[in-house]
Amino acid sequence: MMPQVPQTPPAEIVPQPVRAGIDVTINGKHFRHTGDPGLPLLWYLRDVLRLTGCKYGCDDASCGACSVLVDGKLKRACTLSMQDLAGNDIITIEGLAGSDGSLHPVQQAWIDEDAILCGYCQSGQIMAAVALLARKPKPSDADIDTIGNLCRCGSYPRIRRAIHRAADTLKGKAK
Amino acid sequence: MKRPHDASRRRFLKVFGTATGALVVGLPALARTPDELLGQNLFRLNLYVRIEPDGTTAIGARDPEVGQGIRTAEARILAEELDADWPRVIVEPLDLGVTNAGGEPHWTYGHQMASGSTSVPAAWNDLRNVGAAARELLLRAAAARWKTGIANLRTSHGVVIAADGRKLGYGELAEAASKLKPANAPLQPKTPAQYVLIGQDAGDVDARDIVTGRQHYAVDDWFGDALAAVVAHCPWPGGRLAHLDDTAALKVKGVEKVMTIPAPDPERALGTQQLTASVAVLASDTWTALQALAKLDVRWQPGAQTAQGDEVLADAAATAFASDPTKAVRTDGDFTEAAKRAPHKFAADYRFATAAHADLEPPNALVRVDNQQALIIAPVQNPRATFDTVRGLTGLAPDKITIQLPRAGGGFGRFLETDYVTEAVMLAKAAGKPIKLMWTRTEAFAHDTYRPFSVHKLEACADRKRTLTGWTHRIASTSRLAGREPRARWWLSEMHPDDLPAGLVGNLQYAWFALDSALPRGSYRASSHAVNAFATECFLDEVAHQLKLDALKFRLALLGEPRKLPYRGHGGPVLDTGRLSWVLQLAADAIGWSKSHPQGHGFGLACHFTFGGYVAHAVEVSMEKTRLVIHNVVCAADLGRVVNPLGARAAMVGATLDGFSTALRERITMKDGQVVQQGFKDYPLATMAQMPHDVQVILVPSQEHPTGAFDMGFPSAAPALANAIFAGTTVRVRQLPIWPELMRLL
Repeated sequence: MMPQVPQTPPAEIVPQPVRAGIDVTINGKHFRHTGDPGLPLLWYLRDVLRLTGCKYGCDDASCGACSVLVDGKLKRACTLSMQDLAGNDIITIEGLAGSDGSLHPVQQAWIDEDAILCGYCQSGQIMAAVALLARKPKPSDADIDTIGNLCRCGSYPRIRRAIHRAADTLKGKAK
Repeated sequence: MKRPHDASRRRFLKVFGTATGALVVGLPALARTPDELLGQNLFRLNLYVRIEPDGTTAIGARDPEVGQGIRTAEARILAEELDADWPRVIVEPLDLGVTNAGGEPHWTYGHQMASGSTSVPAAWNDLRNVGAAARELLLRAAAARWKTGIANLRTSHGVVIAADGRKLGYGELAEAASKLKPANAPLQPKTPAQYVLIGQDAGDVDARDIVTGRQHYAVDDWFGDALAAVVAHCPWPGGRLAHLDDTAALKVKGVEKVMTIPAPDPERALGTQQLTASVAVLASDTWTALQALAKLDVRWQPGAQTAQGDEVLADAAATAFASDPTKAVRTDGDFTEAAKRAPHKFAADYRFATAAHADLEPPNALVRVDNQQALIIAPVQNPRATFDTVRGLTGLAPDKITIQLPRAGGGFGRFLETDYVTEAVMLAKAAGKPIKLMWTRTEAFAHDTYRPFSVHKLEACADRKRTLTGWTHRIASTSRLAGREPRARWWLSEMHPDDLPAGLVGNLQYAWFALDSALPRGSYRASSHAVNAFATECFLDEVAHQLKLDALKFRLALLGEPRKLPYRGHGGPVLDTGRLSWVLQLAADAIGWSKSHPQGHGFGLACHFTFGGYVAHAVEVSMEKTRLVIHNVVCAADLGRVVNPLGARAAMVGATLDGFSTALRERITMKDGQVVQQGFKDYPLATMAQMPHDVQVILVPSQEHPTGAFDMGFPSAAPALANAIFAGTTVRVRQLPIWPELMRLL
């Protein structure tokens, strides 16, 4: 890897006044967005916070690769503006695992069923599954069919099995 | 992720230790010893395995991972001969291995490409030797420690075990082994009976990073000083810029530059690609660049050539068929004479729409280029082509160009091309800054390298015993080699002279007719095998139906006694009819072909030989009002020895579903010489609800050389589905995509 261009530190540091902005909580941490209020959440996550598990796949919420949870609800980050998210609690794929690195049961089910292939859509698929299981702890195949996230590689059968497996795990934990 | 060690520094080393006491087995690029030691295959290689003192075993994976599971398969192959302890194996992607041999590139890692399911067959030849060499060093290190002969030692799961039961971990031996010279005799690979990893299931080595969002695809990488770049291309392939006013775009805060990339001179090779003219916005971040792009006042004008729509091309095909073929691909016997005498004659025309790759990861590239060196991070299926492109654009010495191979979000042939890398390098050179180029979804659809449009004209005849005596298959298509190769070679990408039923029918003609279009074309999943197999397998089904013969028995009779037919294309040199019959029989049995079928359910079969693999599909469907329900799907595959069955099954399921998705609803159309489709809303990939809940994959146990497992699951899936739809509805769809035509005919 080539060296990065060296950054010159400023000669003196002047404290700036607190800037107004949009306060959001992302994966349990507080952030204040002071830039363009129209910035889509997708690009805030990817270009500002470098949380790149949220993937770019399209610009019109048709593929689901950028799926995240906003106050527990499944949303597609490419069509959500930061100005509509003030005070919201956002969970991305990076925020699913425990702080000790322990995986969410849905993540573990994905590994156990090897629901991967290229993997590009899988963080969105996992977020969709987490949201589904929150609504339907024991989802039917028809419930799973409501997930509209696209996969080009054809991982749907393994995704289906992983969701059923995760449901079983979560049910066991609830007892 | 930890970067692999710089391979070039080890160029003259066979084996060495690191400051931390690790054993590294690198197979020198230029030194002469290894091929004497390890067999001819290794002479060119510089693959390595690194064993750390704590027993961690890092294996370099050389081929690009695009979802075919190659990182896992390659590591399993090497780890098997090493007798590594799999839980302690980590897999590190290698960059393109290239050194400077007198100003020309010297490829140090051998095969590095994701195309045609060739990675595993190549790895099988090369990587077993690397593992065996490393294991032998560890054995000798243990023998020296215990003052015994290596014949008294064995290895298992990363441990050397003495006859008396004493044990030493590989990590404990690594430093001593690193000081040894490799053996001076070729090493014997394991016998299949000794395998503990090959043939056993292994989950994807990147799975944990993927499910936690930590896996970096090229599109996720960034340099702190890079500018985000987005582009708008001329909607007419070959067209050019007519007007540009960037005043409003430049006023967007954070925008640095607006640049144009001209349409290249068609006479001049630019890298390996012709580009489409485009305007690029360079800005601090993606969103700023996208907003400025929308504010550009830009107009385009068409070029001299036109990207033709399907209707125009279909008319051109009709005209072409009336004259001599561009290439008589194969002529056996005399079809015309046979047809004259035959009591049964059949004819049908098939027509296949232009299709797009629609990878979820769009074309993108992160590049740092100056007059000293170039670093490229992009989704890449053909690293050497990417290298050639960068070298052509920069003139840098071969060892000054680094091509990283991050995991790609799909590929399917799109990332064999280098147009997006070319754009990023041009922009970086002109801007004097690193560039992070990303195409939007709209650009990815409008400027793909599409699967060509084609029309297929089939005829057949049968004798009184209802045996096929004649077969013709004529294809008119817009070859994907047009513009890349001389016209005399265009047919090569479109038709394979030894594809079945060649060799099975006495009087046979294969012929190809050139159609012209300016629309860029490329490889899409198994390439022309997919459409050719659809035409062949559906027409065979038609013939069987009209002869009132069972489609399975008809096919098995046609394949005849197991024998090896010569096969000149990729996957040859032979095609074993017995292996194809067997997968067909397995698929038919598993779906319950010869049992009674539920009322209203249609069953369909198809099989095809692709790139050395033998695959058959059996599909059961029904129509519930206007909804197609795919009840059961079987995919039986003979892929030679399977390295990782879990991965191979994933690949076959994936290829089957993608085969269905592409066949059912995917179509690129043209209006006024421009691609109409702008996104997934008008190019509908299949959703979970539309696809079968499962695909039963049957892998035939085999001792044959591995074929790899990616493309071969694709070609027979769609014709089996179409044949099942016919059986269930009596509607024969002779077009791709199937769905609009089925709805019209029902």
